[in-house]
Amino acid sequence: MTGAPDGLARSENKDDKGGRGPLALNGVTRRFGEFTAVDNVSFEVGPGELLALVGASGSGKTTTLRMAAGYEAPDSGTVTLGGKDITRVPPERRGFGMVFQHYALFPHMPVEDNVAFGLEARGVSKVDRLVKARAALASVGLEDAGSRPIQSLSGGEQQRVALARALVIEPQALLLDEPLSNLDPTLRHAMRDDLRAMLRRVGVPALFVTHDQEDAFAVADRIALLKKGKLLQVGTPEELYNAPLSREVAAFIGRGSIVPAIDKGSTATVTIGGVARDLNVTRPKGVAPHLETAFVVLRPDALELSRSAGVLAWRGRIANRRFAGGVIVYRVQLADGISVDVESLSGEAHEDDNVSISPLKGPFPLVPT
Amino acid sequence: MKASARRQSWLIALPVMALLLWTVVYPNVAVIAGSFENGLGHWREFAASPADREALWTSLVISVASVFASLAIGVPLAFLLGRFEFPGRRLLRAVATLPAALPPLVGVIAFLFLYGESGLVTRVVQRALGMAEAPWRLKGVGAIVFVHAYTMYVYVFLFVSAGLERFDATLDEAASGLGANTWQRLRRVTLPLLMPAVAGSALLVFMNALGSFSAPYVFGGGLRVLSTQILASKINGAMGLAYVETTVLALSAVAGLVLFRWLDSKRKYTLASKGGRTRRTIRSRPIQVLMTVASAVIVMALVLPHLMVILVSFARDGAWTTQVLPPEYTFENYRRLFTEAELWKPITNSVSMALIATAANLVVCFIAGYLIVLRKFGGRGLLELLVALPWAIPATAIALGLAATFNRNDLLTGRVLLVGTFWILPLAYFIRDIPLVASAVESSLRQMDASLEDAARGLGASWMMTMRRVILPAARPGLVAGGLLAAVTAVGEFVASVVLYTHSNRPISMEILAQLRALAFGTAAAYSVLLIFLVLLMTLAARSFEERLA
Repeated sequence: MTGAPDGLARSENKDDKGGRGPLALNGVTRRFGEFTAVDNVSFEVGPGELLALVGASGSGKTTTLRMAAGYEAPDSGTVTLGGKDITRVPPERRGFGMVFQHYALFPHMPVEDNVAFGLEARGVSKVDRLVKARAALASVGLEDAGSRPIQSLSGGEQQRVALARALVIEPQALLLDEPLSNLDPTLRHAMRDDLRAMLRRVGVPALFVTHDQEDAFAVADRIALLKKGKLLQVGTPEELYNAPLSREVAAFIGRGSIVPAIDKGSTATVTIGGVARDLNVTRPKGVAPHLETAFVVLRPDALELSRSAGVLAWRGRIANRRFAGGVIVYRVQLADGISVDVESLSGEAHEDDNVSISPLKGPFPLVPT
Repeated sequence: MKASARRQSWLIALPVMALLLWTVVYPNVAVIAGSFENGLGHWREFAASPADREALWTSLVISVASVFASLAIGVPLAFLLGRFEFPGRRLLRAVATLPAALPPLVGVIAFLFLYGESGLVTRVVQRALGMAEAPWRLKGVGAIVFVHAYTMYVYVFLFVSAGLERFDATLDEAASGLGANTWQRLRRVTLPLLMPAVAGSALLVFMNALGSFSAPYVFGGGLRVLSTQILASKINGAMGLAYVETTVLALSAVAGLVLFRWLDSKRKYTLASKGGRTRRTIRSRPIQVLMTVASAVIVMALVLPHLMVILVSFARDGAWTTQVLPPEYTFENYRRLFTEAELWKPITNSVSMALIATAANLVVCFIAGYLIVLRKFGGRGLLELLVALPWAIPATAIALGLAATFNRNDLLTGRVLLVGTFWILPLAYFIRDIPLVASAVESSLRQMDASLEDAARGLGASWMMTMRRVILPAARPGLVAGGLLAAVTAVGEFVASVVLYTHSNRPISMEILAQLRALAFGTAAAYSVLLIFLVLLMTLAARSFEERLA
């Protein structure tokens, strides 16, 4: 799946790189009756940038994508491309490439005709569109699949045909709805890398929807996290991981326990079972210098497990032990109903062992309520 | 499958197969053989007869025209109701399938009362335009296709509506995202994907129109079609020629079937049942008004035949001559139906013959469906063919086959004298409804997990207990639905009846025709209303039976 195809000339052409500039949603809101599916969401995706819209089901991420594509009209707010308002432009005149969750390949056409469909709609001659369709198929590693019926393709192949079909029209932006969710786990990991490589090569704004934060972390440059129609945070994966803006963001990113803390500025005090520890914290941008209620995220790689009883350590009992590649992850039940995951290189401890847990240097993310 | 199980399958299958071979295949073979009884003589006679050549040609023209007329009404209506939201949509949807509820002959009569020379609509137009004569005559190919379009567009409408409902809306969105405009999407995506539904319903219309008897019989005037030609030859005693005409009619039907199957065989995809498209609400005020007015007109056109039959059923016989509407109304027609033995007889005849035929359908089709779906034995393909066969043969041909076979007692050639007795009509109804009931039973059984039978046997249940407690409950929805359809079609059956009835077993449809000929419009209409009422009653009975069991 390497080598730039002729069909994707735009992405190779330096002057034209990025089509018509960034795709932006400006305060878009969409209501379905009483229900507000998307509530005042704004973000911008630059040329060549990959933004993942992440959220649980019902968070409004697909509706947001559909507004970007033009299948839904926002009740308020605007969609712009390169600064030009395209809110009222119908999908057939936006020139975006869209990959649907179930691919939406036309079952009555062979692979080639599926890929060439967008060119046919643009009145490209039969010979030209065949040449371009073949090139696009080659770019996704399916050069020999042209005359095959859609029904004979595997899930991964269907996904690549859908991608080729979206790319061949030299789109102004690429929109992908759960592009990885229908693939089996092995294929899914391989496709993450391929997808990222291909989207980067095209050089237009790319927006993709996923409910899987691992997919988002692996593929996206930036992540927009949605919950109940509201945008919680937009940022790079590192920002979301290390400096979540809220408890909700931290909870969604997962991989850690969120425990109450007393905010002291650059540190915070966490007390478990009467043992108080001061931890270095990163404060999210824009929060008050001293929070009334605050929480600290204890990540498995920022804690240390020991079988000896330290005075300043939190005491607990191993509830669960899980082998995770190079490390063992222990779930430890501490006092006050708090449990934490701890990574350890040593596999000596076992379930029901009494252990002590100490925080490493940090810094630990501090989040408000 | 073990040898003992295979032997058991054959043991159950043989009586059913023998019955079907005897009653379905044998009569048709007898017709074909009869057409050659003096070599090619009858065939030469057919080929030399201008009337027969005209009949063949007219039959084909009417069938093809009926297909196009039904498509022209059914497809746009399905799109309109499936894709758009407008005031009046629900009412239009509710009455859109109403024409299918009219027994064939009743539909024809209703059209006569509305659009015939002295019909309501004809008279209104005539008066409005101040014409001395009726503005049109309800005769010939046009009139037949008109009635066919009204009753048969329902197939197209139902098939295409179902196709649209299953249509994956994201395919349409994908096409628009790729830059296709409305027309390009319709031509390249929506219509090609609806082709199976369109082709399937077109085939149904073609087969129905080809075998149609009532419309050509009542409106034909001097027009000849194959089905009426067959009856005419039989009445004239030219049985040899009737056999040739029947064979030609059946061959035309089979040719149509093969042609449609061949056209459909190039398709390799099925519609994923996803749907999910919401109807687009029409917001433009003028278009909204236009669509509401249009649907009001369509609703009127669809309901008018039913209303007209009800109205005329209260008209005093003989009083309605040149007036726009019948001038005198009375309950007399209904009173006579229930009090005069001669008029009551057809009603008991129809009901008892329909029930006998349906009961036989339920038994035979349950066994056939069980064998076809759940038993993988060597005779399965043959059995499938046997139960589907009556569908491909027009009813007139089935009836003539029975007339040719069961006309004397001759055990050596497997003939029993049934013609002229009560039993010939229940037999004809039974044969006509086999495909209907069998396919309903099969589809019910296909939804059952095939391992349930094994599980029951594994738990120690006997074969009888497995049938009673596992298979029969699984087949029940199909038996109820198929049985209802069979009873409804049998109680109003006309096409086979007109070939085979005698005075003592005459069904309602024949009595309607007799009353019509005697110009007793009120009585004919009262019978028609009664028929509609019987259909309604059976539907309600089937529904409450199903609810009580479920």
